[in-house]
Amino acid sequence: MRFDPRGLLRWESAVILLLVVVFFGGAGISPDFANSDNLSFALGDLSEIALIALPMTLLVVCGQVDLSVASVLGLCSALTGALWDAGWALETIFVVVLVVGLVCGLVNGWLVTRLGLPSLAVTIGTMTLYRGLAYVVLGTEAISQFPQRYADLATQSVPGTPVPYPMALFALLALVTGVALHATGIGRSLFAIGSQEDAAYFAGIRVKRIKLVLFVISGLVAGFAGIVYTLRYGSARADNGLGLELTVIAAVLLGGIDFDGGKGTLGGVIAAVLLIGLLRNLLMLNDVSTEIQSIVTGLLLIVSVLTPRLIAVVRETRGRQRGPRPEAPAPAATS
Amino acid sequence: MTVRLRAPRRLAAIASVSVLALSLAACGGTTKESSSSEGGAAGGGAASANPNAPIKKGLKIAFLPKQVNNPYETIVDKAGIEAAKEYGGEAKEVGPSDASASSQVSYINTLVQQRHDAILIAANDENAVCGPLKQAMSRNIKVVSYDSDTAKDCRNLFINQASSEEIGRSQVKLLSDMIGGKGEIAILSATANATNQNTWIRFMQDELKKPEYSGLKLVKIAYGDDDDQKSFQQTQGLLQAYPNLKGIISPTTVGIAAAARYISGSKYKGKVTLTGLGTPNQMRQFVKDGTVQKFALWDPKNLGYLASYAAAALASGQITGQQGETFKAGKLGSRTIGANGEVILGPPTVFDKNNIDQYDF
Repeated sequence: MRFDPRGLLRWESAVILLLVVVFFGGAGISPDFANSDNLSFALGDLSEIALIALPMTLLVVCGQVDLSVASVLGLCSALTGALWDAGWALETIFVVVLVVGLVCGLVNGWLVTRLGLPSLAVTIGTMTLYRGLAYVVLGTEAISQFPQRYADLATQSVPGTPVPYPMALFALLALVTGVALHATGIGRSLFAIGSQEDAAYFAGIRVKRIKLVLFVISGLVAGFAGIVYTLRYGSARADNGLGLELTVIAAVLLGGIDFDGGKGTLGGVIAAVLLIGLLRNLLMLNDVSTEIQSIVTGLLLIVSVLTPRLIAVVRETRGRQRGPRPEAPAPAATS
Repeated sequence: MTVRLRAPRRLAAIASVSVLALSLAACGGTTKESSSSEGGAAGGGAASANPNAPIKKGLKIAFLPKQVNNPYETIVDKAGIEAAKEYGGEAKEVGPSDASASSQVSYINTLVQQRHDAILIAANDENAVCGPLKQAMSRNIKVVSYDSDTAKDCRNLFINQASSEEIGRSQVKLLSDMIGGKGEIAILSATANATNQNTWIRFMQDELKKPEYSGLKLVKIAYGDDDDQKSFQQTQGLLQAYPNLKGIISPTTVGIAAAARYISGSKYKGKVTLTGLGTPNQMRQFVKDGTVQKFALWDPKNLGYLASYAAAALASGQITGQQGETFKAGKLGSRTIGANGEVILGPPTVFDKNNIDQYDF
């Protein structure tokens, strides 16, 4: 069996390598970095980003994007607070809020699939709309005093590990998503839709149905993330999670999912989410200012989008030098 | 009508069934009433204070402002860091670049990991920072809030810039003295739901009920939303709508500067008296050109200075945060802890053309 060096050139491998470097480098630089308390904080801070990144990966593989996730999170957080304040049982609130998240996703999906609008435009619109609704629900108030045992579920770690419960749930969901994306027919159809939507349609893939379901899942998970966020910080506010969608999309792109769809692996995204979280934590522990933190994350993202393109260009030129010239149209004879 | 449900309908059906099922199951679930205050208070109230304990050398303290690069908070924190040098401590300022409710939480966790002796925080959300601050206190890290308080049981002390009552009442007095206690007045506030401003305005309204202010009539409370342009327009609107207006109180630094800019370039200059809360640097030109005679603000430098000393006193065991304990705050003299663990900085400083050049903030 011959070793294929191209496997190493995959972007995901680079991200995983970087993650390993940051982890062990960090442990070397800061004695406080790799202890279980700090890792637990760093992982806990990623809860919502990590959870939302799963459906976002599926959407981007499909060539779609959902920018409204952070607003759905905010709306669901505001709703949780408002209903709790009105004396509802938290268990009932969870169900209602999840349904609201689901409906938000359904609206996105419906606008994209039935009216054929581009998802970028649709979700920019609903991003503003859902955030607006969040303010209608709760105004600028903040609701707190949620019961301790539920707050503990959002903040405490699984006994014996530094992994907070929401991240344990994420690991489970990531496994399910990974299998679905990379080992099932449905997963393959997502890649097919992402690379050639028309071809996928003519191959018998129910393109619209699949997209609709993905948007619904995205809304549902964002709603769930809203509950986690509310309990984790113990504060329900309409502005919760503002700007979170950009971090999620940054993680998905950094993880090597092609923004045009059709390419990438979930493993890369998971590594990217962890990389962003650990890097941010490490920089903070070393008193690096917020400005520099943003610059580092920004550069990382640009490199991640740029590098695969550069590699492709290099490969193409090499192929051209070695192999027969590709069929280029002959220069038209000028008359 | 098709028999087969299409995906959305199927989803909706499943959703509504599960809502019903779970709402029924949740009868007698966890509600606000059934779970009132499960969490206990953290923090060491058991330790006893030793007022004569010296301030420990090499204390590590950190300022966590609402957001970094906010000019006001920068002044406060810088003064606090200077104060730490006086007592031989090590201080720094860290914080998020956005003032959102939760962004301070990861900073608190980091400061705990770095084993600081004290954390000083201007809270963006009084509850969102609570959990991590309690954890910090359980590890014997002292917590002092300043500028904007956290929930009471999540910090050892709150350094209050000035009592809200004093700010509200003193501004009415300041304006009344300047306009001779007679005429129509208006208030130009920040947003309609700003906590600080609304508290102050309540005390202003209460002060106006006193007999000595019977000649003053509050005709309008306008809201400039702490937006320069909007505050400017609101001032313009006020002066047009109430031609007999004698005075305006603007208890917000954005509002007073915008109002001063409008008045200084209008025919109302010298006829309408403007006062409120402003910073000397913003207001200097308007005081010098006669648009504004007097305005007030607490000295943010002293706020940072006092907070820094309070943190050091806590970390050295001079005080524990109980009401009635006293500590020395360097050049400010001694301060006593009041009810609810609050330490009050003192009355606001009044600035006029004679003293304004002594201040640079």
